[in-house]
Amino acid sequence: MNTLTEKSKTDSLLARILDSDIFHSFIRSPVTVVSAIVTVVMIVAALSAPLISPHNPFDPATLNLMEGFTPPMVANEFTGNVYWFGTDAQGRDIFSAILYGSRVSLLVGFAAVGLAAVLGITLGLMSGYLGGWVDALIMRIADVQLSFPAILIALLIFGVFKGIIPPAMQDQMAIYVLILAIGLSDWVQYARTVRSSTMAEKNKEYVQAARVIGVPAPLILLRHILPNVMGPVLVIATIGLALAIILESTLSFLGVGVPPTQPSLGTLIRVGQDYLFSGEWWIVLFPGMTLLILALSVNLLGDWLRDALNPRLR
Amino acid sequence: MLAFIIRRLLQSILVMLAVALVSFGLFRFIGDPIHNMVGQEATAAEREQLRQDLGLNDPVPLQFARFVGNALRGEFGLSYRMARPVTDVIMERLPATLELALISGIGALALGIALGVYTALRRDGWLSQFIMSASLIGVSLPIFLIGILLIYVFAVELQVLPAFGRGETVRIGWWTTGLLTESGLKSLIMPAITLGLYQLTLIMRLVRAEMLEVLRTDYIKFARARGLSDRAVHFGHALKNTLLPVITIAGLQIGSIIAFAIVTETVFQWPGVGLLFITAIQFVDIPVMAAYLVLIALIFVVINLIVDLLYFAVDPRLRVQRSGRGH
Repeated sequence: MNTLTEKSKTDSLLARILDSDIFHSFIRSPVTVVSAIVTVVMIVAALSAPLISPHNPFDPATLNLMEGFTPPMVANEFTGNVYWFGTDAQGRDIFSAILYGSRVSLLVGFAAVGLAAVLGITLGLMSGYLGGWVDALIMRIADVQLSFPAILIALLIFGVFKGIIPPAMQDQMAIYVLILAIGLSDWVQYARTVRSSTMAEKNKEYVQAARVIGVPAPLILLRHILPNVMGPVLVIATIGLALAIILESTLSFLGVGVPPTQPSLGTLIRVGQDYLFSGEWWIVLFPGMTLLILALSVNLLGDWLRDALNPRLR
Repeated sequence: MLAFIIRRLLQSILVMLAVALVSFGLFRFIGDPIHNMVGQEATAAEREQLRQDLGLNDPVPLQFARFVGNALRGEFGLSYRMARPVTDVIMERLPATLELALISGIGALALGIALGVYTALRRDGWLSQFIMSASLIGVSLPIFLIGILLIYVFAVELQVLPAFGRGETVRIGWWTTGLLTESGLKSLIMPAITLGLYQLTLIMRLVRAEMLEVLRTDYIKFARARGLSDRAVHFGHALKNTLLPVITIAGLQIGSIIAFAIVTETVFQWPGVGLLFITAIQFVDIPVMAAYLVLIALIFVVINLIVDLLYFAVDPRLRVQRSGRGH
């Protein structure tokens, strides 16, 4: 123990991380370590999909119709090729499709969480710092939106954009609309949390001091208050990522998400569902399992982070 | 208490007006309503005439007032896609959704409370541990995956339950019910489980947490000291006081049941309003979207109101300090 504290005095960043409370609570929870590893592996695999996937599932030239409906781990009767997760109707390798699919799912998830966080933090800071009618207006909007489930809001936003964007551009715009719809449906939690911590912070001396020496309000918010309200935001964002991934897959499953030419995990499940009745279970099972494992590990990470950052539980 | 009710009523009306504004905005500004109503061959003069007749040239606030007036009478115009009054289409489909939501909601509540009490009382039993771990997966499992899994097991492999549709229905007045026929009941089982599972885990975890909290309090220790039976302590004293937060959550969950009904209805091709809404979005059928929105908002607002009033019935403390803490 003594050598550890000795080390941290050298102030190298790594040593400080290794000695922190967060790291200790992390390493003591095997479930969290496993879910962190799973999450990282899935993200890396998704990012490097073009490098590690056996073939590009959306390049028609690499598809062989003779290989359609090859069950997992069974040699194809015509070509003798073996596919880990089997193939779909067009002979597309399910494993490659999942790698490319999680890319889309994760991209939409991260982007939507980013959008929701930026929007929610900005509105929350304004609401908490300015007070008055700005606060009242933002919080009433938040109340109304919070009384409706996120999926309904996202569907509505999606419907609106479908009416505005010309049909020819809808497929290529779909992914951005999806990010916008999920992001806009999920900002309220950030805003509420940031607002209440801002209201507590703004009366502290360091903020008053900054105000006295004439630092403009936007700068006070960004430089002084924001760093002090980020803890809870991190927790909300982690759990929000799991929710965003599930919401994205749900919307894609409902057929209002990304187009089939650029499928996410939800789209793969939607397409695969049709083959369930003819006995090709692997087309829907493997994307479904991937989605479940991804959502579960991110959820577990979020749960742990919430407890670890909560000073009352230490 | 009266002041509280009036304030909540005013708030509800405000929310409804806000939703009406959104759905009016949808109707008025997304695409051209005229374009969707007349055929390709209509002349510019005919279009202008129709525009005039429908009052689309009037000032926007006046149009909004007319929209609200029509909505109050339950008129939302014609569906672009089906060319039938939106209200008729929705009324036709509403019983299917309400039956599904009601059955799965009641099931989730009953089972959730029972399992929650059980896992709280037998905290360290292996069955409780198992139920708690399983519930964690239930929270992360997207609802459509549950449905697909059920379909695969019970409809494809075992072939004991129908995979889609509502089965035979019986008409009672304008209400069609699937609860009176065998095929109707069979068709209801899987969608109800799919829809209720998430709510079940939520309610169960909540009841367990509340119950553990209450069992630690002094009045429970005192009740035990008085020599009351376990049964009287657990169910007469403890359970009663865990129900307040359960009512809140259960009330709010009715809203999410209706929202998730959209997903369940898509998986099982259940002919309810959720499926109607999804089709409306895909075809940009604005009047149906607008009407669905107002309907859902109305259900939400009414439920929230009932939940608030139930507080007074359940918690005597609120009746004494009347003013309440305000929401």
